[in-house]
Amino acid sequence: MATIAAHFDVHHTRYLDPAGQLVQPLPADADAATLTALYRALVRTRTFDAKAVALQRTGRLGTYASSIGQEAVSVGTAGAMRPDDVLVPSFREHGGQLWRGATPTELFLYWGGDERGNYFAKAPHDFPNCVPVGSQAPHAAGVALAIKLRKEPRAVVCVFGDGATSKGDVYEAMNLAGVWVLPVVFVISNNQWAISVPLKQQTASQTLAQKAIAAGIPGEQVDGNDVIAVRAVVGAALDRARRGEGARLVEALTYRLGDHTTSDDASRYRKDSDVTPRWREEPVRRLHQYLTAAGLWSKDDEDNLLKQVNAEIDAAADAYLATPAPDPSVIFDYTYATLPADLLAQKQAALAAMPSAPGRHAAE
Amino acid sequence: MTETTMLRAINLALARAMTEDERVIVLGEDVGPDGGVFRATDGLFARFGAERVRDTPLSEAGIGGIAVGLAVAGFRPVAEIQFSGFIYPLIDQIANHAARFRTRTHGHLTCPIVVRAPNGGGIHAPEHHSESPEAMFAHIPGLRVIVPSSPRRAYGLLLAALRGSDPVIYLEPSRLYRAAREAMKDDGEALPVDRCFVSREGIDVTIVAWGAMVVEALNAAAQWEAKGFSAEVIDVATLKPLDAGTIINSVKKTGRCVIVHEAPLTGGYGGEIAARVAEGAFSSLLAPIVRVAGFDTVMPLPKLEHLYLPDAARIGAALDRVLAYA
Repeated sequence: MATIAAHFDVHHTRYLDPAGQLVQPLPADADAATLTALYRALVRTRTFDAKAVALQRTGRLGTYASSIGQEAVSVGTAGAMRPDDVLVPSFREHGGQLWRGATPTELFLYWGGDERGNYFAKAPHDFPNCVPVGSQAPHAAGVALAIKLRKEPRAVVCVFGDGATSKGDVYEAMNLAGVWVLPVVFVISNNQWAISVPLKQQTASQTLAQKAIAAGIPGEQVDGNDVIAVRAVVGAALDRARRGEGARLVEALTYRLGDHTTSDDASRYRKDSDVTPRWREEPVRRLHQYLTAAGLWSKDDEDNLLKQVNAEIDAAADAYLATPAPDPSVIFDYTYATLPADLLAQKQAALAAMPSAPGRHAAE
Repeated sequence: MTETTMLRAINLALARAMTEDERVIVLGEDVGPDGGVFRATDGLFARFGAERVRDTPLSEAGIGGIAVGLAVAGFRPVAEIQFSGFIYPLIDQIANHAARFRTRTHGHLTCPIVVRAPNGGGIHAPEHHSESPEAMFAHIPGLRVIVPSSPRRAYGLLLAALRGSDPVIYLEPSRLYRAAREAMKDDGEALPVDRCFVSREGIDVTIVAWGAMVVEALNAAAQWEAKGFSAEVIDVATLKPLDAGTIINSVKKTGRCVIVHEAPLTGGYGGEIAARVAEGAFSSLLAPIVRVAGFDTVMPLPKLEHLYLPDAARIGAALDRVLAYA
């Protein structure tokens, strides 16, 4: 006969159901101004996404990873952060990046193939996108260690997808964060798909949140299409982290409504009938329904918002398209702190052989 | 003055860097109270404490990644990997992240990490403990790859690595840890990490080597001297970025070039040096450029490793061969 050596639970939090109905009282700090700010950010993100895809489809942007359907994970997470916290994202966190001060022009520049899109002048401590899946998770632990060593009341948020949870990097990061009690919150934007591989082929684990338990940190689930819930759960985790209570894993359940990227064609591996019902759960409409029913949002508010964000994103796209390509010397100049003689010789030879092309725009 | 081992020199450089810069953090497996499996971090835990001398979980990719995060956030992490044969899980962190942050952000974020690892054969170690992966790292843009050959160079080059702002792979020839001894001062003097060192001057041939092979090259040069010839020995020391000029100028003088490394021949860094010499000293060459290297085989286990590792005899045969031309 065996006894139970350990027992764990995985909690799931939701405030708004898919129809926008409250299922429990709102968090105390979710006042009208906060909720409308979150809604504005969701709409702004979706508008940015649509513009980015349109630019890509017309040959004016590189391959782009839309966040459509997942905006609440990104916006809710960033909405829970303080400005001096640090965001260590994967590559689908446009909503969070925009919330934290990255400009739409910077994001267009990045996806158009220009490192100047990674400057993040208004969020200078945030990390740039991480394309090698999950490999940014230990960076977040490292930044959290830096914060802990300096005894600062800050915390780190690392966002990655469901596929990343199959990688050793993510487990190693959680394990280190557990052992060293680091102020970091790992957020899984579980959109159910790693390109074409559905979650059930990604892991036999009942939840992704429980992967934290083996690392000795708490793991919990949140409705990732409920921006109020994401903000509340990540916010509580960040508060604990800043108080020195260590790391946490939050699995946000959402759905990738679009293709993996503009280079992907999801119809090759999933049916429209799989996706259609998911549109009834998506985050923007959900919060809109709640705000409207609560009398916090009107048709005029909606019209004004759309007019405003469309104008902003169009202007940002124009600014991006009007940005000349970087000087070719940047290929060389940031490889080392100072240019080694060997590389200087390569640079001089290469620049001498390059056609001068003033006025090339960023997307060419 | 008593003689200092390479191991002690590395320890002194770490201690000095930690004393002069609070941002320097040592982390790795068994680097704390145990002082590292070779004792390179001996005494640092007692002196600088558990926050700055951190035993990590057995987690090479995690060590690499956490060092990247620390560095981007303003610290100067020194990660010890127990043997270079266990460094491969870090390559993603090094190649995709550490070496790229400066370029990816045009210098807004930088990643000054130093990854130290014992390297190479000759210590009768178990499998995977005698590898020489330096060429893999030298192929990665944005890294500095340093391989010291003596206590003084180990000290000065490590100090330079720790004070610099670039990510560094610092591969320590484990067979020299205790075998290499020389008088040296813990004076805080760094050595340049952008040039090769001429370890011995000569006029008939240039031998190019790094790490433990510098010692073998010097032995070969000494033996060859008895035959009436003089070999110049260049210690590359910093493989990347390469100071090709010092090597090319030497070959312009001697007309002959023998390159020695214990890593496998094909795709080894000797090929890169040979190409530079062929391009830069073509009209001075009196003989083909010859490489003396490990075989294109798995590193043999201890019973046979002495047959794999280049030694003074094999280098001497190569010297005879290049001298036979003209």
